[in-house]
Amino acid sequence: MKTNPPPTDDPKSDEAAGWFDKPENVRKILVGLFGACGFFVLLDVIFWITGFDKHPHFRWEQWPGFYAVYGFVACVLLVLIAKHVLRPLVMRGEDYYDAEKPTASKNDDRPSTDA
Amino acid sequence: MPDALPPFAIYLLGALVVPFLRGRVRQGFALLVPVIGFVNFFLIPEGVHWKVPLLDFELILGRADAWSLIFLNIFTILSFVGILYVVRDNDRLDLSAGLLYAGSAMGVIMAGDLLTLFFFWEMLTLGAVLCLLARRTTASGKAAYRYLLVHVAGGVILLAGLAIHLGSGGSVAFDKIELAGPGPILIFLGFGINCAWPLVGAWLTDTYPEASIGGVVFMATFTTKTAVYVLARTFPGEEPLMWIGMAMATIPIFYAVIENDLRRVLAYSLINQVGFMIVGVGLGTPLSLNGTAAHAYCHILYKALLFMSIGSVIYRTGKSKATELGGLYRCMPWTCVFCCIGAASISAFPLFSGFVSKSMIMSSAAAQGQTLIWLALLFASAGVFHHAGIKIPFFAFFSHDSGIRCKEAPVNQLIAMGIVAFLCVFVGTFPDLWLYRMLPNVEASYAPYTVGHVTDQLALLLFSALAFTLLMRSGLYPAEIRSTNLDADWFYRKGGRAIYRAFDWSLNGINTATARVVNGRVVPAITRFFAHGPSYLATTAMTPVWKIQGHDAEEIARRKELVYLRCERGAFPIGITACLAVFLLALLFVVSYLSHADHVHGNR
Repeated sequence: MKTNPPPTDDPKSDEAAGWFDKPENVRKILVGLFGACGFFVLLDVIFWITGFDKHPHFRWEQWPGFYAVYGFVACVLLVLIAKHVLRPLVMRGEDYYDAEKPTASKNDDRPSTDA
Repeated sequence: MPDALPPFAIYLLGALVVPFLRGRVRQGFALLVPVIGFVNFFLIPEGVHWKVPLLDFELILGRADAWSLIFLNIFTILSFVGILYVVRDNDRLDLSAGLLYAGSAMGVIMAGDLLTLFFFWEMLTLGAVLCLLARRTTASGKAAYRYLLVHVAGGVILLAGLAIHLGSGGSVAFDKIELAGPGPILIFLGFGINCAWPLVGAWLTDTYPEASIGGVVFMATFTTKTAVYVLARTFPGEEPLMWIGMAMATIPIFYAVIENDLRRVLAYSLINQVGFMIVGVGLGTPLSLNGTAAHAYCHILYKALLFMSIGSVIYRTGKSKATELGGLYRCMPWTCVFCCIGAASISAFPLFSGFVSKSMIMSSAAAQGQTLIWLALLFASAGVFHHAGIKIPFFAFFSHDSGIRCKEAPVNQLIAMGIVAFLCVFVGTFPDLWLYRMLPNVEASYAPYTVGHVTDQLALLLFSALAFTLLMRSGLYPAEIRSTNLDADWFYRKGGRAIYRAFDWSLNGINTATARVVNGRVVPAITRFFAHGPSYLATTAMTPVWKIQGHDAEEIARRKELVYLRCERGAFPIGITACLAVFLLALLFVVSYLSHADHVHGNR
């Protein structure tokens, strides 16, 4: 979501300054997202007050904002555990498996047309 | 016998012919094969076809029922799309491997007995190895070798299981097997290796990112989904599968968050999605099994679409790492749109394919009272949106501008992606028109579009997106780092080297020691014995005779020398040779006479 301008040495930078690069457009997206989030929480509250039956299997599915909170907490936990627990445990250098053979060429990532 | 041909025959024949063609003829032929397969698909009536007797068994090459036909349907579609996607480069290896792979997968799907199943099961490995080799890099060659080793090991385990199962009176029919005893357990594990279960499935994330851009579309379609299919037919309702599926759905998404290579992120999310299917098999209710079939169908579509969109990015830029990409929506807008459709489908947004299939499995888990499974799957649903739904399009097409200005993907790739993107939306929007009609258990009906389901799912996804946005803007989101993340493949990648070294030390050690003893000591001793033995014996025997004859020491030494030389050259006077022969005959006579006398004596 950063809004860095494209590199100035790029000749196409003026014409290619895309819609998503303009800060005001990014702001529009964010406002839309926050609004949508608020809307669905509000909807859940209305369902709860009016007693609208969502045909839940578990009683907590009927609680207002259950899915919203669960989704948010799940993602934050996912990222924080991955970053602070998993990464220190498993991260190694990019050439970890090639390290024993210095001559081993890494994936040369050529476009497949040249392959 | 129906008018149709066995589907595998069409594709395997095509795979054999493709390498011998050239230019446009080869491209046209390779595209024609899946078209013929598509027409042929509609000619196959339900029932059991193409029975071939072999020894005491009857091989069944075509069992067409609702289960096999829904998988055959999606495999037929994807074989055409995959070939269309790679046809431009006209690489004979890519084209041939794709057809071989598709034919083998269809052979497994249509098999009616375990022997046919095993035969095509092994051929799947060959197709995948060729898809890896088609990338033609050092890394892909090594990956192909690792893939082969793991799957040959899996094949041996499966074969051992089948041998024990059949040897202990089990049926050769490819039907439900009770998970008890060593045979079925080995079969179960053999299937599980292809299904990328935790610990035994690390080959998937290890090798898929090394395949050719088209090859990985075939790999993502055929291997794990045939494994889901065979598990659903042989072990439905086995509880361990529920927990295995739960582990598959949850553990890989943590890896996906910190992974830098976007195709590896897709490989992790592939396992995550297959986890849902395996939970469906483990629950074993009509609804959950329908969910497994439907989710496999939808998953093949959107996973192929995601792999193709990243494949096109690699095709144009040569890069697949989040650290090197970004901002491509300007120059590859269509690819970007298709990638977003794939991302929306895997995230199960309403109107996209994942929405109508994944929820069947979750509903079934809830109806069975499996609270823990349900909560884990809900976590995985939020997580998959987070890492596959947002991360893939965001880092490839948006994020910071990488400065790359490339061309849009070639037309054939765009058409291939367009077909699949259309199907993702069509299946997701009108499930009753197409997908739900093919499901195996007609008694289990399901309505995905209820108010509660739609609003709950949207709330879950929007708040996942909110979490991503806030983490990203606050800088808490882990930066993409060029790295290798350890997984269970460590055991064979590093462990394999340790085994290599252990064998090098022990076997080559034995070799060296043996060489020292045998070549250095034993062989020279034997040579010496046969070179000098006869002359030594002869002179030792003759010296007393010569002494009695009264020869002096000098004469004896001269005669010894003479005997020695004659022994060396084998040049004895004829008289001596004849004398020795007579002596030998006499010895034989005496021995045979004595043994005969003994024999006669013994009879009395």
